[in-house]
Amino acid sequence: MQSLDKRSKYLRSLIVEMIEVKKGGHFGPALSLVEILRVLYDDVLKINPKDPNNPKRDRLILSKGHGCLALYSILFDKGFFNKKILSTFCSFHSPLGGHPEKGKLPGIEASTGSLGHGLPIGVGIALAAKLRKQKFQTFVIVGDGEINEGSNWEAFMTASKYKLDNLTIIVDSNKFQSYGETEKVLKIRPLKRKLESFGLNVYEVDGHNVQDLRKVLKLVKKKNIPNAIICNTIKGRGFAFAEAKAEWHHKSNLTEDNIKKMYESLK
Amino acid sequence: MRKTALNKVFELAQNNKNVLFVGSDLGAGVLNDMKKSIPERFLMEGVCEQNIIGMSSGLAMEGFLPYVNTIGTFLTRRCYEQIVLDVCLHNLPVRFIGNGGGLVYAPLGPTHLSTDDFAILRVIPNMSIIAPCDAYEMGHLMDQSLNWPGPLYIRLARGGDQLITDKFKKLEIGKALIIKEPEDGLFITTGVMTQIANAAIELLTKDGYKVGLLHCSTVKPLDTKTVINCVKNSKVTISVEEHSILGGFGSLILETVNEKLPNNKGKLIRIGLPDNFSKNYGDQESHLNHYGITKEKLYLKMKESLNVYK
Repeated sequence: MQSLDKRSKYLRSLIVEMIEVKKGGHFGPALSLVEILRVLYDDVLKINPKDPNNPKRDRLILSKGHGCLALYSILFDKGFFNKKILSTFCSFHSPLGGHPEKGKLPGIEASTGSLGHGLPIGVGIALAAKLRKQKFQTFVIVGDGEINEGSNWEAFMTASKYKLDNLTIIVDSNKFQSYGETEKVLKIRPLKRKLESFGLNVYEVDGHNVQDLRKVLKLVKKKNIPNAIICNTIKGRGFAFAEAKAEWHHKSNLTEDNIKKMYESLK
Repeated sequence: MRKTALNKVFELAQNNKNVLFVGSDLGAGVLNDMKKSIPERFLMEGVCEQNIIGMSSGLAMEGFLPYVNTIGTFLTRRCYEQIVLDVCLHNLPVRFIGNGGGLVYAPLGPTHLSTDDFAILRVIPNMSIIAPCDAYEMGHLMDQSLNWPGPLYIRLARGGDQLITDKFKKLEIGKALIIKEPEDGLFITTGVMTQIANAAIELLTKDGYKVGLLHCSTVKPLDTKTVINCVKNSKVTISVEEHSILGGFGSLILETVNEKLPNNKGKLIRIGLPDNFSKNYGDQESHLNHYGITKEKLYLKMKESLNVYK
């Protein structure tokens, strides 16, 4: 496995800064997402933080809203909001909640938090683009645990029905959900074959390998077929004490020592 | 009424390119004219209400005005969280056309009885709810639905309902309609309960009782001002709803009067459906009869109450 480069460590340090404010949050599920979001925002999405509502922008929905720390980290990095806001995570008047909310911050396309909602919304957005012959792309990130929700499977069928080749479904396949391993809680694999049987054009990639992610995210396109990318990731990636550990899905009451260890991991 | 509502969707769609029809595996031939004329905005989906509401939210985020139609219970219960979060939290102009409001689907059993829709929808912020009483009113309110801000639930009755609003010029979403000025007594109704109460008033009038009728086509936002003005002058107010007695229209009237008219001296009585699942089939009428929601029973209740609280 590749070691994390400077930028990946920097984005993780922003996550730790927010965690430090609240002394808690969804830590593990954000860390499996960092490279996926980094590549999307650095290399793929046509967006402008100074014009966040431009109708021609690409849309990204983080359906696994509990991974919001990673989204806040990249949105801050891209200039969607300032440093002062970063230090308000989860405080009473903060726009940075424990799940992302549309309207609270520029760059958030949908309020998510309850699982299985982002993809149907993304299907509607992609369908709207088709109906209006607009060129923008829609990306929806779902968790592998999130795919337990049946609404996703309804949405896969619908995306396929409407030939939404302007929609890319990204699965953050970190193999864990809140209670434990996804294969033990509710078996969803073989995922690639299942998604293909629902009519999707499916790729599989190392979700922490920036070069591979770049390649696959730029490559995806098959006429009339919606795309899915299964990103194999590690929950808690970058922090040895939290990697692949269900108990680091969400943490509260973190101690100064916990936070210190987080920063040390990024050195 | 259902035909009027759906035909209006087609009419609105012909004049506004943002209007979409979204159905959930409806009966064959529904809105065939629209399907032929503007197929790209006639979306007939499978039996997947969760996805339909999420998808409609995405379409609405992009400026479309989706009119989503299916059986009321499937439109409100299965996808309740999608209504709350995808539609109402984002405050999107999705329109829900719920077939068979109340007891219309009586022969199909309790899975199809839409008798809790007011209660479960009115607690959602941003949601508006209308229950027109006849096709004439439905037509007017459907026209206005085009520009109504935010989510809107439209409760359909069986159809073929007696016309009662056609002599009124001003029918508006958000405005209650005084069909008969309140005097000693007042029936306050929504949906097709208005016709039943109106028939009861005819019987009462023959007996010399002076009873008014206030029809609230809009359950939320309630026309509080008109409701209060009518209730405050009546000795007895009886609310009538084709809905569970819990949490629905009558509860709303009680809450409103309690809050806005704390010194009300008149008696408030609620008539609705009991807190149980129906064990019967038959038809809507036999259910209403079973639960005492007939013109004769309303007549007796008002008469008896006016005699007690005179």
